[in-house]
Amino acid sequence: MDRIITLIDGSAYSGSACDHAAWVSEKTSFGIDLLHVIDHRPGGRSGPVNLSGNLTLGARSELLEKLTKHDEEGARLARERGRVIIEAAKTHLEGKGLTDIQTKLRNGDLLQAVQDVEEKARVIIIGKRGEHADFAKLHLGSNLERVVRSAHRPVLVTSRAFKEPRRATIAFDTGSSVAKAVDHIAMGKLFAGMEIRLLHVGEATAGLMAAMEAATGKLRKAGYDAAFETLAGEPDAIFTEKSASGEIEFLVMGAYGHSRLRNLIIGSTTTQMIRSCPVPVLLFRPDMNA
Amino acid sequence: MHFLRLDAFDWTRTRQEWVGNIRGDLLAGLVVALALIPEAIAFSIIAGVDPKVGLYASFSIAVLIAFTGGRPGMISAATAATAVLMVTLVRDHGLQYLLAATILAGGIQIAAGALKLGNLMRFVSRSVLTGFVNALAILIFMAQLPELIGVTWMTYVLVVAGLAIIYLLPRLTKIIPSPLVCIVVLTGLTLYFGWDVRTVGDMGELPDTLPVFLIPDIPFSFDTLMIILPYSAAVAAVGLLESLLTQQIVDDLTDTPSDRNRECVGQGTANIVTGFLGGMAGCAMIGQSMINVKSGGRGRLSSFAAGVYLLFMILVLGNWIAAIPMPALVAIMIMVAIGTFSWSSVKSLRSHPLSSSIVMVATVAGVILTHNLAIGVMVGVFLSGIFFAWKISRIFEITSVLSTDGRTRTYMVRGQLFFASTEAFTKAFDFKEALDEVTIDLTSAHIWDISSVQAVDLIVLKFRREGMTVNLVGMNQASETLVDRLGEHDKPGAFDRAIGH
Repeated sequence: MDRIITLIDGSAYSGSACDHAAWVSEKTSFGIDLLHVIDHRPGGRSGPVNLSGNLTLGARSELLEKLTKHDEEGARLARERGRVIIEAAKTHLEGKGLTDIQTKLRNGDLLQAVQDVEEKARVIIIGKRGEHADFAKLHLGSNLERVVRSAHRPVLVTSRAFKEPRRATIAFDTGSSVAKAVDHIAMGKLFAGMEIRLLHVGEATAGLMAAMEAATGKLRKAGYDAAFETLAGEPDAIFTEKSASGEIEFLVMGAYGHSRLRNLIIGSTTTQMIRSCPVPVLLFRPDMNA
Repeated sequence: MHFLRLDAFDWTRTRQEWVGNIRGDLLAGLVVALALIPEAIAFSIIAGVDPKVGLYASFSIAVLIAFTGGRPGMISAATAATAVLMVTLVRDHGLQYLLAATILAGGIQIAAGALKLGNLMRFVSRSVLTGFVNALAILIFMAQLPELIGVTWMTYVLVVAGLAIIYLLPRLTKIIPSPLVCIVVLTGLTLYFGWDVRTVGDMGELPDTLPVFLIPDIPFSFDTLMIILPYSAAVAAVGLLESLLTQQIVDDLTDTPSDRNRECVGQGTANIVTGFLGGMAGCAMIGQSMINVKSGGRGRLSSFAAGVYLLFMILVLGNWIAAIPMPALVAIMIMVAIGTFSWSSVKSLRSHPLSSSIVMVATVAGVILTHNLAIGVMVGVFLSGIFFAWKISRIFEITSVLSTDGRTRTYMVRGQLFFASTEAFTKAFDFKEALDEVTIDLTSAHIWDISSVQAVDLIVLKFRREGMTVNLVGMNQASETLVDRLGEHDKPGAFDRAIGH
């Protein structure tokens, strides 16, 4: 059951998510599951304005009926819309010659939907921004962090447009997430034929250098053209600059190693990197079964 | 950081609950606040305290429950259900004891939430809940009677005029809350013509400052505790019942789930703080919550906004509020009573099973006689338990076959054996039939309690006295239901073995 779970909504990023899914599928021969979660919260939005503030005979049943009708219409519209989105994505992928495509249209919470299907998944693909995010402000989609934090599989966060990468850069540190990432690359098929660069920005301690050398050795043994590099400076700035200049085409990194509280106060490196690097990012978490 | 459980805290959901519907919540909060003012005053009058006690309570409970409650979009404040319980406490001991009782009731509610007693709501049947709602509506209406008996004819004119405005204005426009128009018009007319009717100002002191934190002025002794405890227990029980019931209604209306035990703890917290702020105990309000949902309120912000608007209005408009004529309040409370009453339940009295109708009516009667909703609910739950046991006891059947030689008979028992069915069970055997051997096959029966075990023993003994050999078959399977922990599924398949065999 090797599936590529691709999350799509009606946003500009959905097309790119599909293109990335096609690329992963071609290289790994995993099938694609297109998943659209219908964004409809029953009772979540209020119906027609009625501020009369009075209670009449049989007020409760009347109100219940009215709200049900309102939700019913909304739900039907949302479902129609979801079907259009998912069919369009399927047609798009079939146009690229892919055949093993399944579509899944689900109601409810996105996290729940992902948890329900991820057992069969090898990788989860999600666009960097969703329908409701403000592109101009470089805000990330509100669901991105929730999905990454709860998922037990690697998550590929796609950039706005797909361009086939020839080189993948691992943002290297000594954490267990990155070790997971290295193992995943060494054993998997996705990166076959790509150059792998290990890049660490910051202090180059002896331990780090040893770990980096070992990781590079492991990748070379697996047949990759691998090399490593350390640079001094601010990680954000250097990664952003290298992504913008085209030197980094595809980023692999550990994700959300800290608690939400810490992120709330000092901000998350992961979020910052995803936001400012205009390239696809493959995220690994320590508790993921790659 | 385990003790804070920050990762378990769902930021996204909390944000959604607070700012997911800002415009709707702020607008609905205003409609609710306008309706809360007359209600808080009316309920203070029911309890026999100054209007400010109910107004402070409504402010404090509405604001606090926005943070602590388990059901976003539900409105809590000073209520009729809790007010009627405290009448004698206030009359005999005074306001300070009421505040102390409020704090203690909050403590009891927190304990109930911690013990997850919210889950006990499953034992309160639909008929009991309907009875509760109807009884509450009748209590609210009856509380208006003192304002309608022995008053000037002008009072009746104004009440009718008020009701006409409340019910007819929404046909013209749904942008302005009609109860508000009722208050403004009746107050204006009364002031202009100088009619002789009672006003809110006649009923006691209105708030003129922000509430302050005070410890109730009572002797801290065992005697005091014994005075307030019965009231606190009743208030805690009724408060939780009405809150959990309202929660269910809002869940249904908005088709979203919510957390019952969090609501219990939230109600308790709100009552404790309210007691220290000089407010009387309250709980969730069915009518107000319906008004909130109808006006577009869905989030926690709606309750918070309602509380803040309420305090702002009473502080700024205090003098005008004192001039509101009582008939305007009475008209609004009659509307609340009518809106709370479940009219469909009267229509379905005939079509529903007799036992359900009896439970509903008994619940109402219990409340009307005692003015205590908790007692009515207890009567209802008790009766529905009895009716249920009675019905289940009839799911029971004994068949028998005589062997061809006429010497042995096999009884096959199917169904539920428990205290209510043991008599029928015992009677089904023919002890006077002259046989050599009797086989009792219990494989398809379920033995639920000690009464039925004893009944089986007794039957075996009776047959033996007649000199017959008795074989019991399937006793082990039948008695698996005796294990009290059946529902815990401690062994896989335990349920199937017990119920399905």
